[in-house]
Order: sequence, then C-alpha cells, then structure tokens
Amino acid sequence: MPRRVSIGLITILVVCVIWYAVTTGLGLIPSGRFPSPAETWSAFIHVSGRGYGGGDLTLHVYNSLRLVVLGFLFAIATGVPLGLLMGWSRTAEALINPIFLIIRPIPPLAWIPLAILWLGLGDAAKMMVIWFSAFVPSVINTYAGVRNIDRPVIEAAYMLGMPKTRFVGEVLIPGASPMIFTGLRLSLQASWTTLVAAELVGAFYGIGRVLNVAQQDLYPGMILVGMIAVAILGWGTTRLLGVAEAYALRWNTAALAAKG
Amino acid sequence: MQKQISFTRSVVLGLLGLGSFIGLWHGLAVSGMISNVFLPSPVEVYDRFTTLLDRRFAGATLQGHLFASFQRFAYGFLLAALIGIPLGLLMGWYQLLDEIVSPLFDALRFVAPIAWVPFAALWFGTGIGGPIMIIFAGAFPPCVINAYRGAKFVDPRLIEAANMLGTPSHRVIREVLLPSSVPSIISGLRVSAGLGWQSLVGAELIVASAGVGYMMVQGQANISTTTVMAGMVAIGLVGLALDSALRLVERIIQRRRGLEN
Repeated sequence: MPRRVSIGLITILVVCVIWYAVTTGLGLIPSGRFPSPAETWSAFIHVSGRGYGGGDLTLHVYNSLRLVVLGFLFAIATGVPLGLLMGWSRTAEALINPIFLIIRPIPPLAWIPLAILWLGLGDAAKMMVIWFSAFVPSVINTYAGVRNIDRPVIEAAYMLGMPKTRFVGEVLIPGASPMIFTGLRLSLQASWTTLVAAELVGAFYGIGRVLNVAQQDLYPGMILVGMIAVAILGWGTTRLLGVAEAYALRWNTAALAAKG
Repeated sequence: MQKQISFTRSVVLGLLGLGSFIGLWHGLAVSGMISNVFLPSPVEVYDRFTTLLDRRFAGATLQGHLFASFQRFAYGFLLAALIGIPLGLLMGWYQLLDEIVSPLFDALRFVAPIAWVPFAALWFGTGIGGPIMIIFAGAFPPCVINAYRGAKFVDPRLIEAANMLGTPSHRVIREVLLPSSVPSIISGLRVSAGLGWQSLVGAELIVASAGVGYMMVQGQANISTTTVMAGMVAIGLVGLALDSALRLVERIIQRRRGLEN
C-alpha cells in the first residue's frame, strides 16, 4: 500500500476513535451538541426504516438526486450551446456578455426568495434555482474553451473547406471540451449547494428537508446523517462526471501520450 | 472564431443587448401580461431600492442590513484566511502534515457549506456566531487549497539555491516560500470572498434576524417582489465591489512581481 493511502486510513481511524472517545467514552461533548457514533447509527436506522421529515431515506435521496440531475442536465443543454455561440460569434458575444456581467455578481442562492415567489415551494422553484446556478459556470467555461482552441486548427479546417455542421462537431466541441468539463464540475458543485439551500428554506421532501426538521427537533444524530448523505451524493455524482469526462476525452489523453 | 469586430461596434451591440434585456423586462411588466406582483418593472425596483435606503423594513434600512451582513462576512472571511492560509502553507511544506490532513479535508469538502447550517445554529446560535461559521465553511477550502498550491509549487531551484547557500530553514520559509506563494494566496482569497459572500446570503435566508438575506425572506413572506429584487441588486453590488477590490490587489501584486503578461 502506498504511504499516502496508509497514512490516510490511519488518520480516519484515529478520528473515529477520538469521536467515540469524546462523545461516549469520556463524555466531553454532550450528545445535545454532537452525536455519538451509536446515536448517528440509530438516527440512520430511524430515517431509513420508519422515515423522518415526511418520508424514508430512499425517498429523500431520490427527490434530491432527481432535482439536481434534472436541473444540471437542463443547465448543460442550454448553457453549453450558448457558450459555444458566444465563443464563436463576436456579435453574439458583444450582445450577450454585458447582460451576463450584470447578472453574474448575484449569487445563485439570492435567487431562492424570487423563485419561491414565482413558483412556490415545489420542485419547479428548485429546478429554476439549480438551473440558474449551474447555467452560469457552464456558459462561461464553454465560452473560454472555444476561445482557447488553437488558431491554426481552426484555420486548417477552414482552408480544407470543412462544412459548418462538421466543423461544430469535429473542431469546436472537441476543442473546447476540456474547459467544458471544468465548467461542468463547477456547475455540479453549485447545483448541490443550491439544492441544499433551497430545501433548507422550504421543501416537502429531500435531504435539505431532513436537515431542516432535524434542526428544529434538536436531533444532532439526524443532522449528521443528513450531512453525510449530502457528502456521499456530492462525491458520487462528481465521480460519475469524472468517468464521463475520461470517456469523452479519451482521444485527448491518447494524443497526449503519443506526443510523449 | 470570427474576426474581431471594432470597438465601437461591440459597444453599440452591448448597449443594444442590455437595452433589449431591460426593455423586454420593462415591457412585460408594464403591458400587464404578467401581474405586477410577479414581475415589477425596473423603475419600481429602483424606487423600492431608494425607499429602502431611508425607510426601515424588517427592522432596519437597507444600509443597516448591508452593514450587519458585511460585518458577519468580514469576521467569517478573516477567520477563514487566518486559519486557512497558514494551514495550507504548512501542508505544502511538511509532507507528513499534508498526508494526515488531506484525507479529512477531502472528505469535508464534499459537504456543501450550507449543509452546516443546522450545526452552526445548534452550536453558535442564529445571531452572529452561526452565520460566521457558515461563511467560514464556504471561505475556508479555497484559502487552504491555494496556499497549499503556492507553497507546493515554488520553483525548487530557489529552495535548492537557498539551501546550498546555507540559509536557515526559518529564513527559507519567510524569504523564499512565503513571497513566492503570495500570488496564489491572493487568487485563493478572491475565490474565498465570492464563496463566503454567497454562503452568507444562504445562511441569512435560513437563520438570521438581520441582514440582506433576512430582508429578502421578509420581502418574500410579504409578497413584496420589489423588496426581493432590490435585495438581489444590493447583494450583487457588494459582491462586485468585493471582487473588484481583491482583483485590484491581485493585479498590483502581479505587476510588482513582473508576472503580468
């Protein structure tokens, strides 16, 4: 085992032992402040069996995951083409960029009250805010990606008389894709943050709802379960995106390896 | 990419874009197709903004709310910088510390800062302590990561040269490591400020009894769309000012280092 991994495992083990020691063994931290491992486990059993905050864990996870995935995909479907257009056409850039410059400083979370006013506490409002928070990074990074394509590649395609449709599919999108994926990672992170915030402000189901009810009930074990669930979901979706990126850019790493 | 367009042309197009955006908004609001409660016109939002500046809403004027928000932001941000930057530098310098802290840090990074709200409220209350902790949770990771990168990717030749000339280790840290990681640290601070400001807004929407976020929630509860929009404008303006100030510092430092291209 490499040194890094073994030290990492030891650290996590030590932290778990300290956690057990200060909450259960020595009782330094009262259970009203931070839960012991046993309390966290029982909260987990509670939410996955009997359910908590309006449903069981599967239902909450399903709801949160569905909203993030839908909002994120919708943001990609609208943001990436707009970014490509702005990167490609100077006219589109000059028209649209100033609008972005005035909207961008408003953090996505500040849209939550407006979304609730417009669309209520249901899924539509959350989709709107997630879409918005993921849309901006995907547009900006796609746009930067197009601008970073090597000039000679574009000129070569022109010189060889490549038709427009093939140019978009074979030069523009592949050339910008490393930056597009950077944007997608940021978008995904923003989606989760926004979803949790939106659900904390008001929701019927979802991990944020669990956190909110647990906060009102002063139930530290359940708060920790909710936070762990958010972390695992965030980590899992990021990994999935990483797999997709490796697959989409496989030609690129091959090219890099061939170069030496 | 298409050819460059002239400067005047791009300014004209930009004004056209902005004009049609605001014009469309105004037109939709005035035409009555969309109820005024849902979409007030830009003029109404501006009026509301100026009214909020001298009349109290939700316990304070807009400046009062902004001041409360900014104060929390400043505490949380300074705390994140004071703890995060030294930690990042030490992690970049001492490999063992890096190996011990990194796995914990990576695990915590996936918890969205806003998910700390319940514990923050439980531990520090909803007055000033809770929101500060949320800002800290948002602003801390970029401070650590950038200081770490700054210290880790110092040109090894500089350190070797210093070692060869027999510079004592505390002087290497102070005179080689620290100066060469400053640009990276400043970029980290800029990211931190953005995330911290955003986390603050989130925290105030959920738990607070003052601040711009709180004012917006009250506006939402009173179905006052103009108040909500005026709050968004105020948040955007402060965020923009913060970012521009740090960008200026970044540029000054880069210029002094001759790093500007």
